[in-house]
Order: sequence, then structure tokens, then C-alpha cells
Amino acid sequence: MTDEPFLIGDAMTGGYGSGPDILHGCTISVEKGQIAVIVGPNGAGKSTAMKAVFGMLNLNGGAVRLNGVDITALSPQDRVKHGMGFVPQTSNIFTSMTVEENLEMGAFIRTDDFRETMEQVYSLFPVLHEKRNQAAGELSGGQRQQVAVGRALMTRPKVLMLDEPTAGVSPIVMDELFDRIIEIKRTGIAILMVEQNARQALNIADRGFVLVTGENRFTDTGEALLANEEVRKSFLGG
Amino acid sequence: MEYSNDLLNALVLISNYVLIPAISYGSQLALGAVGVTLVFGILRFANFAHGEMMSFGCMATIFITWWFQSMGISNGVFPTALLALPFAILITALLAVAIDRSIFSFYRIHKSRPVTFVVASVGVMFMLNGLVRILIGTDEIIFRDGQKFLIKAGVFKKMTGLSEGLALKQTQVLTFVLAVIAVLALFWFLQRTRTGKAMRAFSDNEDLALLSGINPERVVLVTWIIAASLATLAGVLYGLDKSFKPMVYFHLLLPIFAAAIVGGIGHPLGAILGGYIVAFSEITATYAFKKFIKYLAPGDFVPDGLAQLLTTEYKFAVSFFILVLVLLVRPTGILRGRVL
Repeated sequence: MTDEPFLIGDAMTGGYGSGPDILHGCTISVEKGQIAVIVGPNGAGKSTAMKAVFGMLNLNGGAVRLNGVDITALSPQDRVKHGMGFVPQTSNIFTSMTVEENLEMGAFIRTDDFRETMEQVYSLFPVLHEKRNQAAGELSGGQRQQVAVGRALMTRPKVLMLDEPTAGVSPIVMDELFDRIIEIKRTGIAILMVEQNARQALNIADRGFVLVTGENRFTDTGEALLANEEVRKSFLGG
Repeated sequence: MEYSNDLLNALVLISNYVLIPAISYGSQLALGAVGVTLVFGILRFANFAHGEMMSFGCMATIFITWWFQSMGISNGVFPTALLALPFAILITALLAVAIDRSIFSFYRIHKSRPVTFVVASVGVMFMLNGLVRILIGTDEIIFRDGQKFLIKAGVFKKMTGLSEGLALKQTQVLTFVLAVIAVLALFWFLQRTRTGKAMRAFSDNEDLALLSGINPERVVLVTWIIAASLATLAGVLYGLDKSFKPMVYFHLLLPIFAAAIVGGIGHPLGAILGGYIVAFSEITATYAFKKFIKYLAPGDFVPDGLAQLLTTEYKFAVSFFILVLVLLVRPTGILRGRVL
């Protein structure tokens, strides 16, 4: 074992399909029990970088390693089996199915008894237990995000990846979600997320990656980035 | 007394010619429409070959029935075809899976657009139609045996003293009972089993289903097996109730699609609702209400004409009308399915 981070997308270069490259030697990494946040202006390739780590686009250069093992060639489905959980930004729940069925589908690849994990998700998000027999599509935006995160947690992932989990929810719900994410981190899971609300996200981040046009511009602890004059001016609105 | 007798006669008349036929025809359409809607929900295309799958399933049942009869196997008061049905379902399911593997899977790998799938299914429809006609011929075939009537019109008249008779065919009751059993089994499967839930998840959100580790090829396989089973059942019940004619199933495609779309495509419950709506509309619109009005109208009033909205030759116009109406007014269907 080297000192390499638990999960690293190392010098990733690539784009969607046969289109132009969006990422240019971009590096993203996260440690167990830590939160890493990807921020940057629109079109910086934040979501793309995350999707690259999850194997949703083909890399023309670089590699993704999980726990020291090269997983660059694995499909997203296989990465789920290797302990990665992914919550897409949109369409991240089964709207016509109940909350409980959503969690069951999250655990689809598991052959063992997953009731304990379900109880853990319910204790993390008590409102989901209350609404477990309701169709997920009938819930509020914040509750739907909880279903989405809960679904991804059902595989007991070692890494949880969240693509803009607070998009479209109110500031109060956002704070609530961030609190939950910190709780999840404390269980030893590595969390990698993309955020529009850069300031709030960097506040809870152990590590922040500021991307611009598919390249790393700044990489530091969340605290240091918030204190960095240049980052504040250019990316956090002063 | 006189008037209450008239009322009873009118009720019996309408039950005999509208209510009972519409319930059994509606059950047959519902079974067909559920198959169409399932394939649409999972594979995301309107399968034009579904009617011919019904035809093929019924043909397979007839061949096996004949074989059983030649060996002296019978089913007592029930049609021998019911014994043949499980074997025919197996054969039709194998055919559906073979067609999927050889034709539709090609378009899935190439991620073709839905319209490409539809046109491919039209090709499959013509192919199956030809195959059925080559194998069994184009003649009308009656393969019903066992007891035909549960209640005979004459007996009913004698029993009740009414001037209108009520006939209840065994096939009509069988159709309804088997349809209810099949639908309950399907809903149990979709709601309670792991594979059924995976199918609903896949239909709801394909990308997330893949992300959750649901195997798409397995979902597709199970969908074809269920669709073929329902198609065979629907085809056989229709054939038992009326008769088997290869072209009839081609014509049934329109009311079946109308039923699936009225109910909200992708919604199994909607398809059932749609089946009965289409059947009741079709039979009501083509029924001559002259006698019915005569019984209920005061005095000796008798309508001049037959009091029939459409002659039975135009019965498909009803499905077509319903289809156009729904697409204009509520394209998602009653239960808010997908828009085609």
C-alpha cells in the first residue's frame, strides 16, 4: 500500500462519447471518513469529473483507483459492486414505487439480509420511515433527495458520490441535508460531491477541488479554500 | 305487474346482449392490453405483433387440443383446450423469446429509436401472420368442446316466465374467471416478488435500475414470457368464446391498443380498465336498442328504426373514435401513463 488516497481519479482526460475532451488531466480524490467537494463555475466539468470517477464516460488518459486497485476499465454497475454508491442529480428515485421499495431496489445486488441497513437508513432519515409506504414521487424535494441518498446507502458503499444533492431545495432543507451527509461521513464512508452552493459546501468539506475548464485550479482543505483571497473573489462572489 | 315484467324483460335483454358479452369481450381485450402495456413499459415500444402472438398461441393450443382429442383425452365438461393451454403458453413464450433474441435485441444493442422497434414489430406481425396461415390454414375453426351453455335461453324463459331469454355460455364465465385469476397473479408478481419489483423499477427509471444492479436482459426476458403467456390466454379465450380465424387477431389489434392507451399506457391497471371501456363502448354502440326501448317506453311506443348507433360492421370505428378522443383530450390516458 502506498499513501495514495482511498479513491482517486488520477489525471483524468476525456469527454462524452466521441465528443471533445471536457476534462484535461483532472485529479479528484477522497479519503475514508472525509468529505471532498468539487466546486467551480458553470461548465467547469464538475459533474463530468464525478461521472468520470464513476465510469460513466471513457477516459482517454489517466486512471481511477479504489483502495489501490485500478478500476478504470469497470462499468458503473461493477463499480457499485466494488463499493461505490452514486446519487445522480436528476431522476434519482423510482417515483412510482414506495419509499421502502426504493430502498429495496437499492439493495438489489445484495443477497444477504438487508433489513439492518434499511433500519440504519430509517434512523438517519426518520421521515422516510414515516412515509415508507408512500410513493416516492409524492414526496417533497428534500425528502426525495433523502430517498435518493438512502437508496445509494443500501449497498453499504465505501464511497458515496453525490451530484448536486441540494439542487432545487430550500436553504433550510440544504442545511439539514448537509447535516445528514456529515453524519454519513462519520460512519467511515468517503463522500465525494459536486456542489453549486460552493461556500456552504466548502464549509463542511475536508477537501475541496476548484475546477475550471476541466482542470484543477485550486486544491486544498475546505477551510483553506474559503480563506483563499483569490478563490473567494473568483468563485465565491467576494 | 305488467310494467315490472317489462322492466325485468328489458334488464334480461340488455344483460344477454350487452352486459355479459361486453364483460367477456372486455376481459379478452384487457388481457391483450396488459401484454401490450407491459412490453411498452419495459421495452418502450408499441408491439404491433401482439395480436399475432395471440393468434399463434391460440393456434398452438388448437394443435395440442386436436392431438389430445385424438388420444382420447378430454376435460369432461370443460374445454379440452384448457389442458392444452399450459403447453401452448410454453411454446409461445419460447417463440417470443426467440424473436426477441434474433430481432429486437439487435436494435437494443444499437440503441435504436422506438419507431425503429415499432416498424420491426410490424415486420414480426406479418411474419407471424403468414406462419399461422401456413400452419393451420385460413378457415374458421371451432375447437370448443365440453358443455356449451351454463344457462340456456329456453330454460331461463321457462324458469322465470319472462318472454326474454338469458343465455350464459361456459366460455363467457371461463373467460372472466381466468382473466381475474391471471390479472391477480400478475399484480401479485409485480408487487410482491423481487423480479416483479425489478420490472417496475426498470419501467420507472431505466438508468437508475441499471445503477442499482438490475440486469436488463433478465427483465426483458421475463417481460416477454409474461406477455406471451397473457397473449396466449387472451387468444385462446377469444377463440373459445367465438371461433379461431387467423385474420381476427389482426383486427383485434386496434381495440387492444385503444384499451392500453385509454387506460394510460405502461399502467397494467389502466389497460384492464381500458379493455372494459372499449368493449362496453363497442357493444353498446352496435347494439340495436329497438326492443329495449319498446319494453321501457310508456304505452305502445316503438322506435321506427333499429335504434342502433352503428351496424356491427363498423364496430372498429368505435375503438378508433375512442383512440382519437383520448389522444386529443387526455393523451396520458385515464391513469396518467406515458405519452406515446
